[in-house]
Amino acid sequence: MDYLAQQLINGLVLGSIYGLIAIGYTMVYGIVGMINFAHGDIFMIGGFIALITFLVLVSFGLTMVPVILLVVLLVSMAVTALYGWTVERIAYRPLRQSFRLAPMLSAIGMSFVLMNFAQISQGARVKPVPPIVTGGYTLHEGADGFVVQISNVQILVVITTVLLLALFTWMVSRTRLGRDMRACEQDQTMAALLGVDVDRTISMTFVIGAALASVAGMMYLLYYGLVDFFMGFLAGIKAFTAAVLGGIGSLPGAMLGGLLIGLIETLWSAYFSVEYKDVAAFSILIIVLIFMPTGLLGRPEVEKV
Amino acid sequence: MTSIKLFGLALGASLALSTTAFAQDINVAVAGPLTGPEAAFGRQLANGADLAVADLNAAGGVLGKKLVLQSGDDACDPKQARSVAEKLASAKVQFVAGHFCSSSSIPASEAYADGNVLQISPGSTNPLFTERKLWNVLRVCGRDDQQGGVAAEYILKHFKGKNVAILNDKTTYGKGLADETKKALNKAGFQEKIFESYNKGDKDFNSIVSRLKRENIDLVYIGGYYLEAGLILRQMRDQGLKTVLMAGDALNDREFASITGPLAVGTLFTFGPDPRNKPTAKAIVEKFKAKNVDPEGYTLYTYAAFQVWSQAAAKAGTTDPKKVMAAIKAGEWDTVLGKLSFDAKGDIKMIDYVVYKWDDKGNYAEVAAEN
Repeated sequence: MDYLAQQLINGLVLGSIYGLIAIGYTMVYGIVGMINFAHGDIFMIGGFIALITFLVLVSFGLTMVPVILLVVLLVSMAVTALYGWTVERIAYRPLRQSFRLAPMLSAIGMSFVLMNFAQISQGARVKPVPPIVTGGYTLHEGADGFVVQISNVQILVVITTVLLLALFTWMVSRTRLGRDMRACEQDQTMAALLGVDVDRTISMTFVIGAALASVAGMMYLLYYGLVDFFMGFLAGIKAFTAAVLGGIGSLPGAMLGGLLIGLIETLWSAYFSVEYKDVAAFSILIIVLIFMPTGLLGRPEVEKV
Repeated sequence: MTSIKLFGLALGASLALSTTAFAQDINVAVAGPLTGPEAAFGRQLANGADLAVADLNAAGGVLGKKLVLQSGDDACDPKQARSVAEKLASAKVQFVAGHFCSSSSIPASEAYADGNVLQISPGSTNPLFTERKLWNVLRVCGRDDQQGGVAAEYILKHFKGKNVAILNDKTTYGKGLADETKKALNKAGFQEKIFESYNKGDKDFNSIVSRLKRENIDLVYIGGYYLEAGLILRQMRDQGLKTVLMAGDALNDREFASITGPLAVGTLFTFGPDPRNKPTAKAIVEKFKAKNVDPEGYTLYTYAAFQVWSQAAAKAGTTDPKKVMAAIKAGEWDTVLGKLSFDAKGDIKMIDYVVYKWDDKGNYAEVAAEN
């Protein structure tokens, strides 16, 4: 029982990171109807910005961890959002009226551009940071001596994810920008006729998606203690899978999909073999798609963004 | 169309001219993971090769000809290693110091054998590298069956009756080393509690760490590279495990400590006796230090590979790889690692693995034999 609890904690944290990235895929798909393959690399850029900001702050002699975390969070969200905006502006917007596959191919190209940009500007090696957030809590000590442990980083990852998810759900359902996004999702021409600035709304979608990915990148840096230029690929694939599993286009679906993928991987490694955890995750994806082709929460009547 | 043909002709002519211009030089190469997760080792190899070639050229080259050093980046990927090897072979390289990862050295060696290139690996420890009876391979390091034996001996001495887990990353090197260590342990009647593999490139090992915790593992032996080992160590400490981590020679770079920070303290690994401390290496180590390079890990092994090859070529009076190889196997060579001689397979005729321990300052030192 204790063992299961520990594994659930592990899976929950991993799933939260997947979920944060998956939201970016799902938001863009909901509005523009394209899969933004460069999103995994935006996540990677976010991790690097967080790393650079962190090192700069430390070199200024700042030692208060909460202050560092806040500044790193804000800077990396801002800068990565700028990347998201730029990518949309130069790679997707000119192709919006083109045939359907064009922006997708452009996205794949953008993914390579970002990856190589990071490789050339930051070097091809893994960039580690020493543990920043340390310590943790013992939740329960079992009779057989098994200790259920949750570290402060894990708590931070889960709390940040929940807060951000709440914030963005509120934004999409309650604010002017959210209303514009939902309008664009239903019918861009009609929305434009009614005075919605479609270009601006789509830009904002990319900006928000990139900001969330940067938070995921920062959490990744804190949790695993390193970033590298190719981390966006695998994480991107997993998060994309999560978005499809949850029903692409659905915001809670992305989060649910992320959590499920994280939990499946963890529990499979816990009780069966580590080697086949990816096989397990993708098998479940296939089974779900056979019986629910639109994913778990992707029913057409569900409000999508 | 005509202009393109003309241009092609001109290009071909200029290339032909440039090759004749350089025909007086000898092409040699260093190949290894210059990029990617194992790049720290690629840098060790490149540092060793750079200084070795500079020193040889300063001393008048080999057979009166200058050496030109080329480099090949395999990123520790078997496919890329094979294509790098083919490229180097077609560039008429006479000698390659490389590769690092066993999974790269093995496929590359076949391309070198076909392309008439002599290959000395500074750091590929998988037994298969020299077991395939290829004419062109040598290594200046030990083998994983020796390394696994030394690791098993240490475990039997210090962890008798304790719980041991063995993990590997499914690569040629990692799986091979884990298998050898397991074999040596089992032969002595010691049974490990967990034998598992993980995917190289994964970042999240929390699930397997919890398994180690459930089984009360005292020592986890890892057949794998420093990146994954470092992550496993961090995640073990995050979950409150005091388990000791032990691994092979792929932990011999400071990069490991930069991932783990002070958590590295107490981590064990096996590697040859520190070449930096050998009296034969003293002058060369000073040279590296003057260039602000710490010749750790396989740096000096790479330097030694060039020494073996250049001395044998001088003795054979040719750089023809087959003749040089015959000379190498027949003789004994003075290198920074001491005197080296090779058996018919191409392995060095000495077994010298020792156990090292990391401290909390990011340094490692040999564990004294009596402890």
